[in-house]
Amino acid sequence: MSLRSPLASVLGRGSAKSGVSHWWSQRLTAVALVPLTVWFVVQLAGLASVPAGLGLESVRAWVASGLTPVLLVLLIGALAWHSALGVQVVLEDYVHAKGLKLAALLASTLLHALLAVAGVYAVLRIAFTTGSF
Amino acid sequence: MAEFRLPPNSRINREGKVHEAPAGATNVRAFKIYRYDPDGGANPRVDTYKVDMDDCGPMVLDALIKIKNEVDPSLSFRRSCREGICGSCAMNIDGANTLACTMSCVDVKADVKIYPLPHMPVVKDLVTDLTQFYAQYASVKPWLQSRTPAQPDRERLQSPEDQEKIDGPSACILCACCSTSCPSYWWNGDRYLGPAALLAAYRWIVDSRDDATGERLDALQDPFRLYRCHTIMNCTEACPKDLNPAKAIAEVKKMMVEREHL
Repeated sequence: MSLRSPLASVLGRGSAKSGVSHWWSQRLTAVALVPLTVWFVVQLAGLASVPAGLGLESVRAWVASGLTPVLLVLLIGALAWHSALGVQVVLEDYVHAKGLKLAALLASTLLHALLAVAGVYAVLRIAFTTGSF
Repeated sequence: MAEFRLPPNSRINREGKVHEAPAGATNVRAFKIYRYDPDGGANPRVDTYKVDMDDCGPMVLDALIKIKNEVDPSLSFRRSCREGICGSCAMNIDGANTLACTMSCVDVKADVKIYPLPHMPVVKDLVTDLTQFYAQYASVKPWLQSRTPAQPDRERLQSPEDQEKIDGPSACILCACCSTSCPSYWWNGDRYLGPAALLAAYRWIVDSRDDATGERLDALQDPFRLYRCHTIMNCTEACPKDLNPAKAIAEVKKMMVEREHL
């Protein structure tokens, strides 16, 4: 039991004076993901429509061709950033145990960074090592 | 973790006492009402009251008052104006938060299930502890803040268009139907201000006579106070005064982006 006044509890440590960039980034990445995802699905469908289109060599050639690596890097970046922001909010909403919350937020952020960097590295490696550009 | 189950001492015994209707009643409806007695030590239970609707007013509040007067004086609930302007009789009826005085029994299909406002500490029966809710309202400084001296011989003037902006939000009666219907408020009510307090904040942010718009936005710019709103819209759905707290919150978020990015 605390003898702190209800108003003091509600005011807590005051406003963090942040949150706008988080909100704005989440919308920005959401908008970016619409055309990027449509492009990605259309491209995959195009590959799948020809025999062996989804085979290793065919996909490597596609990744290295034209603007594909640029758009793939953008897709991976936007997706990872959007997901990191979203998962962060979910964790803040539902995980209230102090230590667990810190661990979960750390794990989520680092995992998203790892996946993003690994994805970008994979695209660039294919792009720079496959055939001619 | 957020608690999705009630603690063991709050779990509800659905088979409470049954109070039969008077003999000879033909138009009988069952009211299943949440009961909790803090002095008894027992878990909450649901009591059934069978009411002769031919001898009862049309609203849920009429039935509650009839039950309290004629059947069970131990039933506790708040009520005052019985016409939807005081906000006292807010409760969860037929699965949705609303005012008992403006909710017609006819609009409930099966048995009338009445519970206290969700996820709030229960004082007794349908009476919840709204201390934190009122503190959240007070925290947004719901009064005019102006550094412009008022003229001694007249009111602070406002154009009809500017008045219209606050017509809606000013009609809030602080019944707490919106905030207690919001899952985000359930899980983070200690840090998220909730739709009612944010609607009040918006009402003063858009008031043309108020000079503290910047300070008010500063105070709300917080990942929890404002941004725990995930546009679930239960608040707007629940409001018995047909107000739109979700839109007010969205407008505040828009103002935040505009002053920082646009």
